[in-house]
Amino acid sequence: MLYIVKTALELGFLYALVPMALFLSFRVLDIADLTTDGCFVLGGAVSVSFALAGHPILGIPAAMIAGACAGFVTAFLHTHLKIPAILAGIITNTGLYTVNLMVMKWSSNLSILKTPTMFSMLKDTGFGGAWYQVILAAAITVVMALLLMWFLSTRLGLSIRATGDNIDMVRASSVNPRFTITVGLCIANALTGLSGAMVGQYQNTIDINGGTGIVVIALACLIIGETVLGRRSLRKGVWAAITGSVIYRIIYAVVLYTKVVPVQGLKLITAIVVALAIAFPTIKEWAAFRKAKKNGNRKGGTANA
Amino acid sequence: MLDLIHISKTFNPGTVNEKKAVSDLSVHLDDGDFVTIIGSNGAGKSTLFNAVAGTFYVDSGSVILGGQDITYLEEHKRSRVIGRMFQDPLKGTAPSMSIEENLALAYLRSSEGTSPFSRIGRRDKELFREKLALLGMGLEDRMKNPVGLLSGGQRQALTLLMATMVTPKVLLLDEHTAALDPATADKVMELTRRIVSESHITCMMITHNMSQALETGNRTFLMSDGRIVYDVKGEERSRLTTQDLLRKFREGTGRDLDNDRILLSE
Repeated sequence: MLYIVKTALELGFLYALVPMALFLSFRVLDIADLTTDGCFVLGGAVSVSFALAGHPILGIPAAMIAGACAGFVTAFLHTHLKIPAILAGIITNTGLYTVNLMVMKWSSNLSILKTPTMFSMLKDTGFGGAWYQVILAAAITVVMALLLMWFLSTRLGLSIRATGDNIDMVRASSVNPRFTITVGLCIANALTGLSGAMVGQYQNTIDINGGTGIVVIALACLIIGETVLGRRSLRKGVWAAITGSVIYRIIYAVVLYTKVVPVQGLKLITAIVVALAIAFPTIKEWAAFRKAKKNGNRKGGTANA
Repeated sequence: MLDLIHISKTFNPGTVNEKKAVSDLSVHLDDGDFVTIIGSNGAGKSTLFNAVAGTFYVDSGSVILGGQDITYLEEHKRSRVIGRMFQDPLKGTAPSMSIEENLALAYLRSSEGTSPFSRIGRRDKELFREKLALLGMGLEDRMKNPVGLLSGGQRQALTLLMATMVTPKVLLLDEHTAALDPATADKVMELTRRIVSESHITCMMITHNMSQALETGNRTFLMSDGRIVYDVKGEERSRLTTQDLLRKFREGTGRDLDNDRILLSE
């Protein structure tokens, strides 16, 4: 049992930066950024490559920069070339497949066999005992959460938030919305890249298809977190990303362990959960309309009779 | 202060939907002029504002503001010196952000040179509180509330404050009280007059209320077919009645003023 909790916490924190990135792009900027899947693998590929070259620590900022570049491409396609945001993300994502292969020296997976990773380096110091991976992943994730909250309260952060809220007002405040969208997407994808970087070094390997569907899983995490914590404030949103990610991994671990659902079925369930959660307001409205219609008919009927 | 020199704008040129929204319009506004604008449907009033604000570039002519040629300056750069308000109270504010954060955004217009990573400081908050108190709506005690919770009138008053907090070279008001109930509209109008005169702002206001057009400001334009057909100020204006305005419109265009929302009197 303890093992399940430990693994869930590890994976929860390692992957939490992806829902945090989606919080920034999808909730704050109101842009569905589908760069995520490819960007996650890019981060992993860069960090594993650096680790193989003997620079596991340097691989982390490098992966973030690579992620930010991917975000920049999507933002450029969207803001300057006027490609709809969803399509811009898909285009970048498709291109990234080749870029990722290139980073992985044209092989479909890359493994660290002997060189140290940041996890093995921490393990060697003996810090944290058996929980060293949880501690490192949690520390990085929480620091990023605090940095993101601080950033969103700065003047630049305020303009990014207003961009998703009322883009006309941003222009009226002498801020270029193209700039705020670009900065927002760069930061979001840097976070996704960082998550990929941590996962790559944690698993000692990265696979070219390792990011498939991660955007939907991350959305599910964000929605789970928001359901638990509420989505009133910015602060809650950031913590919701982490909380949701941990809860999702606990559910995942329980499913793996108890086999109530075959593990292969989990992506379908995730997809259904996300679709239902996002459709929830519409379903509620439809139900209310049905009810009103039924009541109206009944009343109309009595009046006629 | 503001010079529009032979500006023209045609939408959808070369198609069946071609529409000459503003044609060869020239006008000069003195520093501190408060112009009210009346016109028929599709006369080009809002297009004129869009041309000044930079929502699009004009097809020909130039826009000079405070001696600077801004004809090809991007909209967000112009907004540093141009304040603007629309009829829809939702357009001017960000609903999910707090009053304080909205004001901080508007205050960015004065912040050239300050770090993008700086935050709202105590001095900023005091300034915002002071300014909010002037609205007389009690908003100064609700600075942490999201703007989405405010009424239309409160949002419009806040937008007015945001548009004028950093004194603009020109303020464009596009029927900014039309969506409010009469009492609130009066209050926002009163605030507008006060702020504009206190800060000596050059201002243009589109209205469909003819008596308001004559009572407010020091100058009135009648617009039709993308032109200013009548431009009046001074003594001649002070003697005008709404009936005179209608007659002037007929003289200028050979047609009756056909604005389906026009109000002849209060």
